[in-house]
Amino acid sequence: MQKPARALFEVLGHLFKKKATSNYPFEKAVVDARFRGRIAFESDTCIGCKMCVRVCPAKAIEIILSAEQPPAPAPAADGTAPVPVKKKFDCIMSLDRCIYCSQCVDVCPKKSLISTQDFELAHTDRKTLKRHYK
Amino acid sequence: MSKITIPLGPQHPALKEPVNFTLVLEGEQISGSAVNLGYNHRGIEKAAEDRTFLQDIYLIERVCGICSHSHTTCYITCVEELAKAEVPERAKAIRTLVGELERVHSHLLWLGIAGYEMGFETLFMYTWRDREQVLDCLELVSGNRVHYGINTIGGVRRDITPGQKAEILKRVAILEERTKYYVKLGTEEATVLARTRNVGLLPHDVALERGAVGPTARASAVKRDVRKDEPYLIYDKLDFNLITHNTNDVFGRLVVRVLELVESYKIIRQVLDYLPEGPIAVKVPAKIAPGEAVNRYEAPRGEDFHYLKSNGTDKPERVKVRAPTMANYPSVSYMLDGGYLADVPMVIAAIDPCMSCTDRAMVYDNKAGKVRVYGWDELRKYGIEHYKKRGVDFTKL
Repeated sequence: MQKPARALFEVLGHLFKKKATSNYPFEKAVVDARFRGRIAFESDTCIGCKMCVRVCPAKAIEIILSAEQPPAPAPAADGTAPVPVKKKFDCIMSLDRCIYCSQCVDVCPKKSLISTQDFELAHTDRKTLKRHYK
Repeated sequence: MSKITIPLGPQHPALKEPVNFTLVLEGEQISGSAVNLGYNHRGIEKAAEDRTFLQDIYLIERVCGICSHSHTTCYITCVEELAKAEVPERAKAIRTLVGELERVHSHLLWLGIAGYEMGFETLFMYTWRDREQVLDCLELVSGNRVHYGINTIGGVRRDITPGQKAEILKRVAILEERTKYYVKLGTEEATVLARTRNVGLLPHDVALERGAVGPTARASAVKRDVRKDEPYLIYDKLDFNLITHNTNDVFGRLVVRVLELVESYKIIRQVLDYLPEGPIAVKVPAKIAPGEAVNRYEAPRGEDFHYLKSNGTDKPERVKVRAPTMANYPSVSYMLDGGYLADVPMVIAAIDPCMSCTDRAMVYDNKAGKVRVYGWDELRKYGIEHYKKRGVDFTKL
């Protein structure tokens, strides 16, 4: 440097600065509340409209009828047709296909899909990347 | 002296993705060069035809990892033009804000890489540490550091709260302070000057003739900036300067980028002050009216160009992307000619190529019949050693 004193000032200044790095994974990384991580699914509210399947750019979502359905309601006493119960749906999320854009969360009319802050999703087994939410 | 032809690439000639340069060497000097592209063709334009307009946003975002917002904004403006959607002013302001934050992060990234190619690794460490500030801002606004996904057809997906505004201003103040130091460093540091001055010359008329864009053109005193020439979003309401430089070399490109950082901070402050109240998005039907649209956008690397054709369905009929690096490649072969082999990484890095990086160059010795393969690291070391012999040494700092 043409002016060595300036470099010295810069160097000494760094002695009193906080560390720029963090000790991940021993210290948990803090992500913002808006971070788009793994998508979680709530079967109770899902109405099976498949809007999420239609908008997903990566074709990562499958919505299927659950194997176990709630029992059919008993016929009403006065002979009228019973109120049908809500069908139950499962979601199969391929985490290896998902690009974490959260577009499915935006379109879901019942807010059954939720964006979580979970980002530690690396696995050595491919099968674990296919999550079956019931 | 006999001529030797060496290939540089396709595994990483410049920085990120694959591209191939054929260099004709006379001793250490380059007497001819050619650029061969196409190693990274992913068929994005064709894939876009199979997806809906909304899904294409996320596909087009992945054209480039660094100017992801530039590509989506450029594409989405075409879609909105065809759909005749009135984008709310607040959405436009947020788009501008993310665009400028992206420019800051891209220019800081470039400054670090330029330092690294020079052998000035302290600069690389400093700028990349400071870049975390702007990446944190982007995560704060959009939710992600790189693929922001903030755009949607008809507006933006996330709003800005007063708390976030204060946080961004705080971080911009830190960056502004650091940038002052980089301006001094870039313009006064003798070793930086020695490695960048008169390297990769691109005279004004050649830059015009070869259609250079962005900081590469502006460093050759070409007043070309889409933000000024054809203001989009809210740029017509903002007060900022068009930075040009007249040295035509790598030094000029460095100065233009660093001074543009200062202008970007100015713009970020103005946008946050301006931020009008109102909705952040309007509803746009899935089916877009038939027609054609063309749009330009000033990405960090220069003019980005998108063409869109719709046939009235929910999927585009044709999408065409002309990224800024494509426009700068004709200039690269001119810049390389007559230069030294040791300067090649510096010259290629100076256009901030958003597409590839070199891993190896092969030098074929005709007389001995031997082949020597240079890795990118070796070539970089060779460049540093070459300049050390000429008295440019960063290790003495």
